[in-house]
Amino acid sequence: MSTPEHGLAPADPTDSAAAGRLHASSPRLVICEHCDTVHRGHALAPGEAMRCVRCDALLARYHVLNADGMLALVLTALIVFLIANVWPVVTLGLGSQQSSTTLWGTIVMMWEQGAQLVAVVAAATLFFFPLNKMLMLGWVLFFAREGRRAPGFASIMKTLYYLQPWTMSEVFVLGAIVSIVKARAYFDVQPDPGIWAYGVLMLLITVFSGIDLRSLWDVTEDA
Amino acid sequence: MTAPRAQELGIIGCHVCGLVCRAPASDDAACPRCGAALHRRRRNSIARTWALLVAAFILYIPANVLPIMRTVSLGDVDDNTIISGVVELWIKGSPSLAVIVFTASIVVPMTKFLVLGTLLASTQRHSRWALRQRARLYRAVEFIGYWSMLDVFVVALLTALVRFGFLSQVEPLPGVVFFGLTVVLTMFASMSFDPRLMWDLSDDD
Ligand SMILES: [Zn+2]
Ligand SMILES: [Zn+2]
Repeated sequence: MSTPEHGLAPADPTDSAAAGRLHASSPRLVICEHCDTVHRGHALAPGEAMRCVRCDALLARYHVLNADGMLALVLTALIVFLIANVWPVVTLGLGSQQSSTTLWGTIVMMWEQGAQLVAVVAAATLFFFPLNKMLMLGWVLFFAREGRRAPGFASIMKTLYYLQPWTMSEVFVLGAIVSIVKARAYFDVQPDPGIWAYGVLMLLITVFSGIDLRSLWDVTEDA
Repeated sequence: MTAPRAQELGIIGCHVCGLVCRAPASDDAACPRCGAALHRRRRNSIARTWALLVAAFILYIPANVLPIMRTVSLGDVDDNTIISGVVELWIKGSPSLAVIVFTASIVVPMTKFLVLGTLLASTQRHSRWALRQRARLYRAVEFIGYWSMLDVFVVALLTALVRFGFLSQVEPLPGVVFFGLTVVLTMFASMSFDPRLMWDLSDDD
């Protein structure tokens, strides 16, 4: 690790036993992003969370999963995501006619129907951003298992930080449920595998949205 | 309460990687570990947040007034606004989902306008009023904001699904574009607000 240009070194590189564990393992300073209060970080016990003394924001939380566990989770999510995108989400029936759609069918249709802006937002928040997030997280975790920083680590971590609020798969699942109920008044509605895959994806995303990305900086060092 | 603040200690935390370093003299320094720009506070946070919030509010008016979706069935044309969609869901489908859609499309954006507006005004007046509660409100608003996209996705899905030609067809209308833009802008607004400014009071605590 290169020496920081401006004083104050970060936490010491972790020893090999701690490498790959993603909760804080050595004392260091933690600054609350919400109010600028400085705290002394400490190792967290299972189930423990560290909160800001001034504004009560969550500063850190104990993570049960190590890098291996999280990598497995991300790979599972990636597979489920592909299934969710290949299979139709819902099929409607009217008399003898049937109509079904996938996520991409939905995006293309919005584009063709003159709502290009919505198509772009949907493609970004439901496809490109989640996909990139999983690929980048997987890449970084693959190296983090051995306490190493993946090639491109810094820019990937920065991108992940900025992508964080812009993935909306869980909103899409709720949207599909609302659409099904709305359509039920007029059509025969049949949920397809895509919607179940999305449901599972929603759970997986909730689990790994709790991952503290910053801790990856503390448990890895340049190869 | 005597917990020191980074500003008083002359240190700065990187918002991307969390590294703590000595506050740099210049304003365009980068984090030595990850290369992200280091800012004591987000730049022009108050002005930028106001601008985004006002823009979002202006777009929220056509989003509600204009229809978001057209249903054509056997030549009958029916244009739906956000509210008429909620009412229809209540009557024909499920009242509990109607409440969810109402919350996502009306309650959440309105709350966001009110809360961010209040936070901006009280921060500008250096108010000490209910600081902890205001901090909590900000975090809540940041957390729920993107759920407002719900109705946009519903319109998109119905447009793609209901394609039975003359028998039945759904088309998106401009209201849905305004609504999508409103949600994106309110998300940018809550991100550009710097909650640390609330705590920057002359003699702290
Ligand atoms: Zn705090
Ligand atoms: Zn950094």
